[in-house]
Amino acid sequence: MELFKFFFHRLLVVFLGLIPFSLFADWDLNMTRGVTETSLEIFNLHMLIFWICVWIGVVVFGIMFWSLFKYRKSSGAVAAKFDDNFWLEIGWTVAATLILVVMAIPSTQVLVKAYDDSEGEINIMVTGYQWKWQYKYLEDNVAFFSNLATDDEAIHNRIPKGELYLREVDEPLVIPINTKIRFLITGNDVIHSFWVPDFAVKQDAVPGFINTAWTNVPKPGIYRGNCTELCGINHAFMPVVVRAVEKEEYTAWVAEKIALAEVEKLLTEKEWTKEELIERGEKVYTKNCVACHQVNGKGIPPVFPALDGSNIVMSDTSRQIEILMEGVGPSYAMQAFGKQLGEVDIASVITYTKNAWSNKEKGDGKEVTPKDIVEYKKRIKL
Amino acid sequence: MSTIVETHDDHGHHGPAKGLTRWLFTTNHKDIGTLYLWFSFLMLFIGGAMAMVIRAELFEPGLQIIEPEFFNQMTTNHGLIMVFGVIMPAFVGLANWMIPMQIGAPDMALPRLNNLSFWLLPMAFGILISTLFMEAGGPNFGWTFYAPLSTTYAPETVTFFIFSVHIMGASSILGSINIITTILNMRAPGMTLMKMPLFVWSWLITAYLLIAVMPVLAGAVTMMLMDIHFGTSFFNAAGGGDPVLFQHIFWFFGHPEVYIMILPAFGIASHIIETFSRKPLFGYTSMVYALTSIAILSFVVWAHHMFTVGMPLAGELFFMYSTMLIAIPTGVKVFNWIATMFKGSISFETPMLFAIAFVALFTIGGFSGLMLAIVPADFQYHDTYFVVAHFHYVLVPGSLFGIIAGVYYWIPKWTGIMYDEILGKLHFWLSFISVNLTFFPMHFVGLAGMPRRYPDYALQFADFNAIISVGAFIFGLTQLLFLFIVIKSIRAGKKANSEVWEGAGELGLEWTLDSPPSYHTFTVQPQVK
Amino acid sequence: MGKTVRNLILSTIGMFAFGFLLVPIYDVFCEITGLNGKVTGPSYVSEESEGIFDKREVLVQFITHNNESMPWTFKSQVTQVRVNTGEQQEAFFIFENTTDKDMIGQVIPSVSPGRGAQYFHKTECFCFESQLLKSGQRVELPVRFIIDPAMPKDIGSLSLGYTLFDITKSTEKPSLAGL
Repeated sequence: MELFKFFFHRLLVVFLGLIPFSLFADWDLNMTRGVTETSLEIFNLHMLIFWICVWIGVVVFGIMFWSLFKYRKSSGAVAAKFDDNFWLEIGWTVAATLILVVMAIPSTQVLVKAYDDSEGEINIMVTGYQWKWQYKYLEDNVAFFSNLATDDEAIHNRIPKGELYLREVDEPLVIPINTKIRFLITGNDVIHSFWVPDFAVKQDAVPGFINTAWTNVPKPGIYRGNCTELCGINHAFMPVVVRAVEKEEYTAWVAEKIALAEVEKLLTEKEWTKEELIERGEKVYTKNCVACHQVNGKGIPPVFPALDGSNIVMSDTSRQIEILMEGVGPSYAMQAFGKQLGEVDIASVITYTKNAWSNKEKGDGKEVTPKDIVEYKKRIKL
Repeated sequence: MSTIVETHDDHGHHGPAKGLTRWLFTTNHKDIGTLYLWFSFLMLFIGGAMAMVIRAELFEPGLQIIEPEFFNQMTTNHGLIMVFGVIMPAFVGLANWMIPMQIGAPDMALPRLNNLSFWLLPMAFGILISTLFMEAGGPNFGWTFYAPLSTTYAPETVTFFIFSVHIMGASSILGSINIITTILNMRAPGMTLMKMPLFVWSWLITAYLLIAVMPVLAGAVTMMLMDIHFGTSFFNAAGGGDPVLFQHIFWFFGHPEVYIMILPAFGIASHIIETFSRKPLFGYTSMVYALTSIAILSFVVWAHHMFTVGMPLAGELFFMYSTMLIAIPTGVKVFNWIATMFKGSISFETPMLFAIAFVALFTIGGFSGLMLAIVPADFQYHDTYFVVAHFHYVLVPGSLFGIIAGVYYWIPKWTGIMYDEILGKLHFWLSFISVNLTFFPMHFVGLAGMPRRYPDYALQFADFNAIISVGAFIFGLTQLLFLFIVIKSIRAGKKANSEVWEGAGELGLEWTLDSPPSYHTFTVQPQVK
Repeated sequence: MGKTVRNLILSTIGMFAFGFLLVPIYDVFCEITGLNGKVTGPSYVSEESEGIFDKREVLVQFITHNNESMPWTFKSQVTQVRVNTGEQQEAFFIFENTTDKDMIGQVIPSVSPGRGAQYFHKTECFCFESQLLKSGQRVELPVRFIIDPAMPKDIGSLSLGYTLFDITKSTEKPSLAGL
């Protein structure tokens, strides 16, 4: 039995000893150093506090396990009688306080530096939606949604998972390097949280309120983060991806985005064939609808209704348009996609659902064009 | 003062009532302690089963077994059940059994209220667990139920959840009123406050904390109820309210709550270490002061759960400093336990093994807590598995090991039968190894960037998650061994004498009673020197 | 013993009341510290601070957001403007109800950084009241504000965020916009 105690002591020392070595290893055991000045300061602070804790642990556990070993009754130890020592108590209380003060000083310095309220060169409004991010560049009037790009088939283990499983999006946030970026963060529905570990930026996205964060990225690259506040079923499926590029590339990207928006406007005017609408609609469906209504259109009743075999989808086009455009209350039901998707996307996804699964045979198989959606939007304007 | 002391002697004239109604109507503190402990044990397996579902899903990347909406129900109810249905009732059970015997009182001050306090719990949890079987599903917004996810966006069953929380709160408040009244008014003559056993001290302070904060939780869920059903806007920005207000009110309750969940374990650890070191507890007075300072400080640290919510710099600094301060009295307690062991004469029976592991592993939880207190570093830890690692260390090898240690320590007194020492040690080693296998790697996946409350994760977290899940399965199965040990030590085994542990007779009044004690003990109060 | 029980019951009730008191305490605290960018109702720059502090230029950005895809068009005429502290400013916002139902909206402001909120004085704002827009109605409403010259120099820009909520279901007596 006493051999157990001997073992126990050693096991713990080995355990504790292993940690420092493993933590020098790659980032998959330790916090990332990140790429910004702030993230590096935070990493260093983290390591400082960690090492202080390790050494306190070594001393404290050392004394404890040594006592447990040396003063075993089975080896003949006879108990002393003392039960107090005023100066010893004062001593270790003061020592503990001093150690904390030593920790508090660098912690305060790093924090004060992180709270920078000066002007940003570029201001980006980040809005957390259930379950995607929206990025709006305030100076350039560019805005888009950023959805998880991982295939639902991979999530449900029907196809193999890629290296960027759950870490990829359709439209990353693009920022220039060596520029002070100010993030203005809010939530659209529930509280989300915007986190990019490599920038050490994490702020909650609270509906009705704006939080700020800032960063200045010196190195081009792709930086991946997550939503870090429980926000409903797809909390784990709304990653953050930031692409930091050289300034010229950024300017070109902005111009491209503005041009694409113009093209999208023109597409609304174009004459679409049914096949073109269905093809586009399937892509829109995969990106925006699959999470709730599922790939096979069967949904998760009663919370998420089935579209396959749905009366509305099969024969009530005007109601379906209304639902897509204005959503279904109460709040946790369907969002008003009219505010998030353009006319082409709405028209094509409706057309797709009307012609997919069993709806193809059973439904009225109609098509809805972008112009129909424009009509709907105009319909009640005076 | 002695209005409720039995006026007739208790030597076998009437023991407990016969049959099932004994348990429904009992006002006896020993019976009620037993009820609380069995209830908590049952809840441990139910909440534990939910943990097994969670870990089974998280064993591999991808969604294999359950969908995210059920996963969110599992994480939410696992937390609610463990906090309100396991840890708290277990400590109340130990309080009920031990406090009257330790202070030389015949029973609790308000025995019928005691019965009500217990029976409210199965009611509350019946309501809560039944929501899992309702069409809209159970609560799915985390055990911390932040608004507006828990108000505007909650399933309809949220109203049952609120009702259930109110009933749990009532149970705790009534129990605490009973405990404080008992301790303040029914100590044996000669037992001044500074002569009280530390377990009694820890419960006196815990009970005051409960009275202070459970009503605030009741307020928070009432505000939720009003926002959901009566058109108010406490937490709704549209009406002039603020979701962040919910977090402040919740954590004003929530932080003292976690100290409520550890203070009695501190008391138990002190008793066990003293007994098995065969040496008086080092620094009794400073241990009492430490308990008191921890309790008082616990009221001014709540926003350390909210460092990323958008607080001004001054607020973040204040809460960082106050949180770091709590490390001092806590550290003092750890040093005092070690000073008790130092130059003692130590034996390693099962209660002592659990108590030693409690001190060591709770301290590790304390270190990660200190790291979390550092605000800029917390920007990288908040809402990741690093936090999950921290609180599981302080709650599982912390509180739960404290409870288990207390059970091994006192069960020979309750049943008159020694538990099986070899099985006890087996239970200990399996638990110790699996608890570390489960929760230590969580530090790493958290630092590496895995957020909490995620049913699925990126591939780089896969290996550690598999290890964690294996550890969790072993830990869960091992508690079935504990169930076997407990049942065995009720039915058959070596008899225990009144002292049970060598030298314990000097250490407390409970060790002067028979094992098992009579149904009514200390009907005549002893004199304490 | 009865006294102990009585005191504990009173404490319980007291703490329940305290929980509710936290609501106004929080509001007062937010006003004092500017936490969460909460701004109070109409206010003005005190006479004393004028003249003591130099005027300086501050960048004010206007950000609009429709909560939960509230269907109105809601945008500021300009996204940002450079203004001098201590001078009365004005900015217009466009509201349009593009649906076929009458609706009531409420705008909730949020100033960032939070500690700048107490220096941002709005003398007139559409956010002071809820706004009823009939189906198809379009209005342009102003915000009139003064930035207090006493605002600390390290705050170089203020972001004025407005979130528009649909409160049609929960309101009975709103004010009418554009009349």
